[in-house]
Amino acid sequence: MAEPTQTIEIQVLRYRPEQETEPVWQSYQVPFTEDMSVLQGLQYIKDEIDGSVSFRWSCRMAICGSCGMMINRKPSLSCQTFLRDLLPGPVKVEALDHLPIERDLVVSVEPFVKKLESIKPYIIPKEARALSEGEYLQTPAQLEKIEQFSSCINCMLCYAACPQFGLNPEFTGPGVLALLHRYNADSRDGGRAERMEILNAEEGVWSCTAVGYCSEVCPKGVDPANAVNQNKVNSALDYFIRFLPKKGA
Amino acid sequence: MKPQSNESGVRRNPPYVRPMAGWWTRNPFFVRYMVREVTAVAVWIYALVLTFGVVRLSQGEAAWNGWLDAMKSPASIVLHLVLLLGMVLHVHSWFEIMPKTMAPIIVGGERVSAERIQRTGWTVAVVVTVLALALAVWSQS
Repeated sequence: MAEPTQTIEIQVLRYRPEQETEPVWQSYQVPFTEDMSVLQGLQYIKDEIDGSVSFRWSCRMAICGSCGMMINRKPSLSCQTFLRDLLPGPVKVEALDHLPIERDLVVSVEPFVKKLESIKPYIIPKEARALSEGEYLQTPAQLEKIEQFSSCINCMLCYAACPQFGLNPEFTGPGVLALLHRYNADSRDGGRAERMEILNAEEGVWSCTAVGYCSEVCPKGVDPANAVNQNKVNSALDYFIRFLPKKGA
Repeated sequence: MKPQSNESGVRRNPPYVRPMAGWWTRNPFFVRYMVREVTAVAVWIYALVLTFGVVRLSQGEAAWNGWLDAMKSPASIVLHLVLLLGMVLHVHSWFEIMPKTMAPIIVGGERVSAERIQRTGWTVAVVVTVLALALAVWSQS
């Protein structure tokens, strides 16, 4: 790594629950090089200046979804946001919007994980099949329908981008609804009926007002707004279909 | 919530929930969203104006002519200019979000792009507007 020649100011919104009742800004001067991400800037602060700054991170390559935070008010993965693009600074770093702050840049993820579990984010086979019958096949066209939505890394940037979730934390939210769609739209899946209850609820797709910022900030091009809004049609059809005469009736 | 004490007796405040007041002023993207929501009111008001015209038409010639005169008043023209501006902003904003609201359209094995959906929307809007204007001019001649 080249020797740092310049510094940049990073402001971190601190919340230490044992000493503060509400968050406060703290400023740090960080020497940086062209190839440094915001995450590396924070790691420099933690290693060299102030070991008490808390944040989550793991893979450093935009796949684990751990290091999401507000960077200059935009929900971003700190590992793929570079300090060179934020010159001359200061760079303002905060915990993801709309989620309770546990400590500094660490937010509560438990409600999100509960919602994720509730949609059964796995393929529920239409019928049980013996191993000898071989794999469940899928055509490229069938894959195309779900592939984009299967790229979700659960980073929750879309929750920080969704004012409807901020106003009503009960809203299932963009990421989980996109994953719900990913499984419902899978040609190999038979779990649709089990998931429709969550989708149809007031807190399901109908809490979305098509703001669309979730899709803007998604680091994986999932387009959750599209998943949610096309399921408003599915939800309406699911409601009206009950009025059709039953087969053989 | 009150501060909680953990097992070692250290008092700590609960997770901090940030207030949502004024949320839409904090991001230009949200301001544009609110413009879409507010300009829907312009569309609604203009629908009311036209509906009222149809009602007056059903009440005979004098009522209809009265409505037409009211439409020509300076206040009405100002209102129409404001509503037109609202309508154009709403059309722009709506076509911007439209591709996200639709199930994918597949043509010849390829998904139709968001840009193409937006261009089609604008083309239809412009063609319908020109036809409506041509009809209005033709009916005056």
